Amino acid sequence: MPDLKQRGLEVYNWFEARLGLGAPLIEVAEHEVPSNTASWWYVFGSAATVIFVLQIMTGILLALVYAPTASNAWNSLQFLDHNVRLGWFLRAMHGWGSDFMVAIVLIHMVQVFLFGAYKFPRELTWIIGVFLLLLTLGMAFTGQVLRFDQDAYWGLGIGASILSRVPLIGGPLVGLMLGGPIIAGNTLSRFFALHVFVIPGTLIAMVGMHVWMVLRLGINDYPMPGRLVKKSTYQQEYHELEKKTGIPFVPDAAWKDAAFAAAIMLAVIGCALWFGPFGPSGQPDPTIIQTAPKPDYFFLWLYAVLAYLPPSLETPVLFIMPVIGIAALILLPLLSGEGEKHVSRRPAAVLIVTVLAVSLGIFTHLGTYTPWSPIMNAWTSDPIPVSYLHNRTPLEREGALVLQNKQCRNCHSIGGEGGLRGPALDAVAGHMTEDQIIRQVLQGGGNMPAYGNALNPSETTALVKFLTTLRGNELQPAIDASRHVVSASANAPQPTDSQQTKETR
Amino acid sequence: MTPSEQLPPPDQTSTEPQPDSVKDPSIAAGHSRRVFLFKLALAVNGVVGFVLAIPIIGYLLGPALKKTAADNSWINLGPLSDFPEGETRLVNYRNPITTEWDGQTGDIPCWVRRVSGETFQVFAINCAHLGCPVRWFAQSKLFLCPCHGGAYYADGARASGPPERGLFEYTHKISSGALLISAGRMPTLANEAKNVTPLIQIETRIEGSPAARLSATDQPQPRCSSCQT
Ligand code: FES
Repeated sequence: MPDLKQRGLEVYNWFEARLGLGAPLIEVAEHEVPSNTASWWYVFGSAATVIFVLQIMTGILLALVYAPTASNAWNSLQFLDHNVRLGWFLRAMHGWGSDFMVAIVLIHMVQVFLFGAYKFPRELTWIIGVFLLLLTLGMAFTGQVLRFDQDAYWGLGIGASILSRVPLIGGPLVGLMLGGPIIAGNTLSRFFALHVFVIPGTLIAMVGMHVWMVLRLGINDYPMPGRLVKKSTYQQEYHELEKKTGIPFVPDAAWKDAAFAAAIMLAVIGCALWFGPFGPSGQPDPTIIQTAPKPDYFFLWLYAVLAYLPPSLETPVLFIMPVIGIAALILLPLLSGEGEKHVSRRPAAVLIVTVLAVSLGIFTHLGTYTPWSPIMNAWTSDPIPVSYLHNRTPLEREGALVLQNKQCRNCHSIGGEGGLRGPALDAVAGHMTEDQIIRQVLQGGGNMPAYGNALNPSETTALVKFLTTLRGNELQPAIDASRHVVSASANAPQPTDSQQTKETR
Repeated sequence: MTPSEQLPPPDQTSTEPQPDSVKDPSIAAGHSRRVFLFKLALAVNGVVGFVLAIPIIGYLLGPALKKTAADNSWINLGPLSDFPEGETRLVNYRNPITTEWDGQTGDIPCWVRRVSGETFQVFAINCAHLGCPVRWFAQSKLFLCPCHGGAYYADGARASGPPERGLFEYTHKISSGALLISAGRMPTLANEAKNVTPLIQIETRIEGSPAARLSATDQPQPRCSSCQT
């Protein structure tokens, strides 16, 4: 046994004499870090790197089978799922790995922000980190395109439509993105090149720089309230801290990173086994239009924002907001490179993170059930509750038929079923008079199209008669309170101008 | 390791400068010449790089610089008898520019509306908001978009929702009893942005006394943009 150990050492020495990498690597691994940095808060960066390695490995394995052409990509995914042993598992690992990677990169960023770790002298580490986040999101988007199913096809359409709004160079940008006049083979090929060569290559280089700077500048010391960062004294203070409380990174601090990395990997494996791979949804055939395209989880918030922006604001917001956001992230360490690090003394930082997290959460939640989308088949699939047809005249029942036939249910729910695009109609007569309903139906308004053209007079009458019976729990019908006031004041003197304008408003 | 091997000890970095006291003076003399040659070589590389950049950039930007007109050509959608008057139908065509490996993505659908006689409208499938596939509902005479709920009237005019304009329309013509459209490129705001009519927010402004306002609302007048049919 000691003989074997001896031989192993000899082999190592043979390589080490030529390569010379072992000693410096061991030195790096064992370098001293302030003991307070051995915290469970500091494990996200290494976890992101571990998942990145997982993504590279599973990605290469998938590329052994995947056919990056528009005509075959979808079929090759089916083949992976059903004909290649454990192909589905690798797809699931890669898909879940990407979700976890985005999540952990985001968590890492929030942690670094709240711990003030971007301040002097680690400004550039943060800036590179911002690019790492953008590249990670780029990987997530291009990866979703490589799935090349219905969602990917129409997702590309959305991407091209967004680009087409760029002033002046919108058209050329669309051409550049699609690689041709339409979404087709060239489009997939260029997203394949981006996802497999360009972005990962850049990512590896930037991760290298990021880690190199962490080693060179030292891990951010755990913030203490009141201990301010000053450019003139910080380095010296840090070195003193390192000397006084230094512990070797490996193993005294790194065991937590290792433990967390293992937990994350187990979580990815668990999700992959339990939930399986993502999609592919329908074939990328544009002639199949019975589809409601939706982006992957991490872009749902964007999808929701696009639905809620008023049309006139959309183009400016689409292009100005990202520029401002990215510029703010990049400038952050340059503008506030000194001062307080501890989160308890930085209320603005906490507020920003909270507001962003809550709004992202809300938009993502909305994106999961898309209340703004009409439900295209509600008019044929969701019946009108029987109780709403009880004791109704034939005309009113006829109106219920009109309501169903004219696809009103695609946007309006009754009895909890139907679209959420417009208001629910269960109690419509409780807050709208018959006149108001007629007007709304025929002329539209708000977010409703006018139906004056799609309804003949008898259909309108029937529909409105039915709607006036919908009063929820038998509320009083809405009445026009102004009517008798007006008729009473019809003979009275005319109101003055100023009063009149006030009323019109 | 055999003892005869002469390798640097593993822990000594080889980048440390060696004392050069024993250097031949003639070597130092040639230094400025070598600096010049190095700069010259760099300059040559610069020229090579520039020459190489022209085809590379041209290759990369090729698809971006093409004009729409170059991609579009006339496509036959079928005889007029395929399109009953007053109906709007989905028609698929093969894009004029495709490759074999485009597969199904080369088949593009569009909505053909025969208003009457030889009056046609041909709409792109792509919503004018962000390009999702719009669906025609003959009963309510609306195109609805599944993505963010954009709605258009039968003539393609914007009805409601996030789109800021009506549906994209293909140029069409009728020749020897068949309907032809000019297509080839995915319609987007960049290549189809005709003058955008202001948003149709239907708001009735009625001047006059409250009584006049009330009576005006009592008699609804359809005020939609598609009321010409
Ligand atoms: S893409 Fe049609 S409404 Fe947004």
